[in-house]
Amino acid sequence: MPWGDGMTIKHHLTENLLMGYAAGTLPEAFNLVVASHVSMCDTCRAALESYEALGGAVLESRGVDLADDGLAACLARLDDAPVADRPAPVRPVPGALPAPLRDYIGGDIDAIRWRPVGGGVKQAILPTSDAASARLLFIPAGAAVPDHGHRGMELTMVLQGAFADETDHFGRGDVEIADEELEHTPVADIGADCICLAATDAPLRFRSLIPRLLQPFLKI
Amino acid sequence: MAPAPQTDTAPFVADMILIRDHRDRQAFARLFAHFAPRVKGFLMKSGTEAGVAEDCAQDVMVTVWNKAHLFDPSRASVATWVFTIARNRRIDLARRDRRPEPEDLGWGPEPEAAQDDTVVLQQETEQLAEALASLPDRQRELIEKCYFGDLSHREIADVTGLPLGTIKSRIRLALDKLRHAMG
Ligand SMILES: [Zn+2]
Repeated sequence: MPWGDGMTIKHHLTENLLMGYAAGTLPEAFNLVVASHVSMCDTCRAALESYEALGGAVLESRGVDLADDGLAACLARLDDAPVADRPAPVRPVPGALPAPLRDYIGGDIDAIRWRPVGGGVKQAILPTSDAASARLLFIPAGAAVPDHGHRGMELTMVLQGAFADETDHFGRGDVEIADEELEHTPVADIGADCICLAATDAPLRFRSLIPRLLQPFLKI
Repeated sequence: MAPAPQTDTAPFVADMILIRDHRDRQAFARLFAHFAPRVKGFLMKSGTEAGVAEDCAQDVMVTVWNKAHLFDPSRASVATWVFTIARNRRIDLARRDRRPEPEDLGWGPEPEAAQDDTVVLQQETEQLAEALASLPDRQRELIEKCYFGDLSHREIADVTGLPLGTIKSRIRLALDKLRHAMG
């Protein structure tokens, strides 16, 4: 699959997100966005692994004493079978979606169970911890997602098609990172329906009346 | 492949290869003596009670043994790799936020993983550890807090003054080679 080189990706993860993911301290929904983007982007994969090296340096800095029989107890648990017998990592079957996301969906794009939310827009909520929520968004070609602002941090990653808003244009693999400052109206490119993965650590607030009425149904 | 020479700049890489290729328990004992106390310390700093941290440190070291074939010295030092296993153990322990992994590159270490690449990456990782140790206390402690889980994604520490860019470029080259080898 020709992704990985990240040649067409313009909008990357922030250093903060990569460091949080390396440290293992992000909400699950954000972990899913990071894992999905890194699957498609070697630039961010290399940055992530450098933050893991920093974690290694933190680990190295000091230790504490173990119980006296620690090593013996551990040796007793080791299996001498050659590692050659263990399965080598296999490259996942190529799909339209990155593998970590397919795990959450239980399949590829055709397995997504969409729920309409009005205006041709559809969504599918993914099961994560409640520290943040994750959902897939389907925006028909040329359609807009209601004008909205954010109380928390919102990450939106393009999986298919593209969208544009007041700030920039986002294509496949790109991540838009929105915070309290940003009020925007994402519009899908006319060429293709747009599918995004969106994660937020706070409920969205919509500015116009109708979408606000819809909010309970959006469950966000 | 010939075992990598044990050098000061690639600590424990040779032991990992002995474990991988020869299931060498003496090499494992050396790794255990160095890393198990550090993993226990890391878990305790992350809020794990001492007895649980001790048990989990053993789990982590058993995983090091079981997954030795997945260690790639051209992309990570042994300390880095052990850190990722300890981090994952801590996440399992908390049972709160799952952490899905990126898509696997599906490629173990190259059989002839270029010795030069490995040595340079290991040297650069060593320099990173030295740079971290020489930061002003306050800045270093903030970074440690990030990794111990005391800071949220909104409070992440500033890492200026650390040579992370060098390591990032090195890993990026290793990834390019992998992609190229995969065609
Ligand atoms: Zn990226």
